[in-house]
Amino acid sequence: MQHYSGFGLLKHSLTHHENWQRVWRNPTPKKKYDVIIVGGGGHGLATAYYLAKEFGVTNVAVIEKGFLGGGNTARNTTIVRSNYLWDEAAHLYEHAMQLWEGLSQELNYNVMFSQRGCMNLGHTLQDMRDIERRVNANRLNGIDGEVLDAKQVQEIVPVLDCSDSARYPVMGASWQPRAGVARHDAVAWGYARGADAHGVDLIQQTEVEDLIIEDGTVVGVRTDRYGEIRADRVGCVVAGNSGVMAKKAGFKLPLESHPLQALVSEPIKPVLDTVVMSNHVHGYASQSDKGDLVIGAGIDGYNGYGQRGSYTTIEHTIQAIVEMFPVFSRVRMNRQWGGIVDTCPDACPIISETPVKNLFFNCGWGTGGFKATPGSGHVFAASLAKGEMHELAKPFSMFRFHNGALVDEHGAAGVAH
Amino acid sequence: MFHIYCPHCGEYREEEEFHARGEAHIARPLDPDACSDEEWGDFLYFRKNPRGIHHELWIHAAGCRKFFNVTRNTQTYEIKEVYKIGEMPSVVAE
Repeated sequence: MQHYSGFGLLKHSLTHHENWQRVWRNPTPKKKYDVIIVGGGGHGLATAYYLAKEFGVTNVAVIEKGFLGGGNTARNTTIVRSNYLWDEAAHLYEHAMQLWEGLSQELNYNVMFSQRGCMNLGHTLQDMRDIERRVNANRLNGIDGEVLDAKQVQEIVPVLDCSDSARYPVMGASWQPRAGVARHDAVAWGYARGADAHGVDLIQQTEVEDLIIEDGTVVGVRTDRYGEIRADRVGCVVAGNSGVMAKKAGFKLPLESHPLQALVSEPIKPVLDTVVMSNHVHGYASQSDKGDLVIGAGIDGYNGYGQRGSYTTIEHTIQAIVEMFPVFSRVRMNRQWGGIVDTCPDACPIISETPVKNLFFNCGWGTGGFKATPGSGHVFAASLAKGEMHELAKPFSMFRFHNGALVDEHGAAGVAH
Repeated sequence: MFHIYCPHCGEYREEEEFHARGEAHIARPLDPDACSDEEWGDFLYFRKNPRGIHHELWIHAAGCRKFFNVTRNTQTYEIKEVYKIGEMPSVVAE
């Protein structure tokens, strides 16, 4: 792998940047792998990277039906934070947060991780009580957090309407200074490049049509382009398609797929140097380094696989944003898109063994998967390498829906689902 | 934007008046005490998530506030039919 550096940039400028090495190979798959990962999104690529880099399992293929990082990874609002309430979730997202903090150096790829802080606003007394509880829980778990009053909020975000005349006046906020944003595409590309450098085969434009299961054990996959490819273990990281894959394997997952929308405005001058979220009025926004406002909407209320979402949801979101930031009322929106999120009844992911031996699933991230990318990949890789679940992944077993040990984390999610 | 026919009001109204309440035709176990954990978990949490025809329960929340069922394609978003609780759909999912 070609090492990226300032010196390299200078050197390549002499040849008009025409001789850069390709970022990853485009190999023909082998007949057999130690591990096959179905799904080449952020989580799948991170899994492959850590499998090869940290756990020494390099005979790995990632099979992706489209192109790398072209699904939900390319469609999120890039927010990274770890201010979750319950211990299980807080530990998992904090594990991811710590990996984020060194990720650009680790991957030798600039993922543009920017710790500009994240604020969750409170508009009612109950909001403020919940915020105090969550911040206290975070601090007990060693995660940074503060409770701000309205005056402090106004100082950090002057552009926010903190006046008493707002329909839902801002009473305060939780504040995680270490939170921030990262460049979503770069995360996928950086992991893909790193995985490839460690010998992982990235197989694009190849759909896994079926799982090959013999005597209750998965032994490989059947693809549309290369036929059967065998493997000792298979990890499915296919987000919105998880239910479809589980059906092929003969079991059910408690997932429902909904479109989740986001939109970006035209680029404007820097006005917002942090992430502002409000569960109560239900909108969240940040400003990208390029200047566009990145705005998140809620999920559609009904199941759907259309990657665009409904107009009413956008309308509600824009209402919330304009309520919080009246100054944005005349900013034009450039683009809007939707991703298909696989939501779980307890709003927490499933990182789990399955009733099929050697088949593992990582899914159900709902509206909050991007922030977990490094942590999700790391614990899933550890589980695939050893054949048993990583300690941090254990509470997120798919069997919790039958034994009742749910991790009910609706409160910390930025959007209701 | 959906225009949904409310079988109780006998009128088409905009999506905004309605609220989707998930999968239709979910029967509560008749003898919950006799349920295994698995059966009870299935009833509470496991829902069909088809890429295609789906039977859903909707409520005319800002209208007559009555429930009814909708058969809808989750991929094309086409509403195939609307029918009252207790009736069975004529377009059936696979």
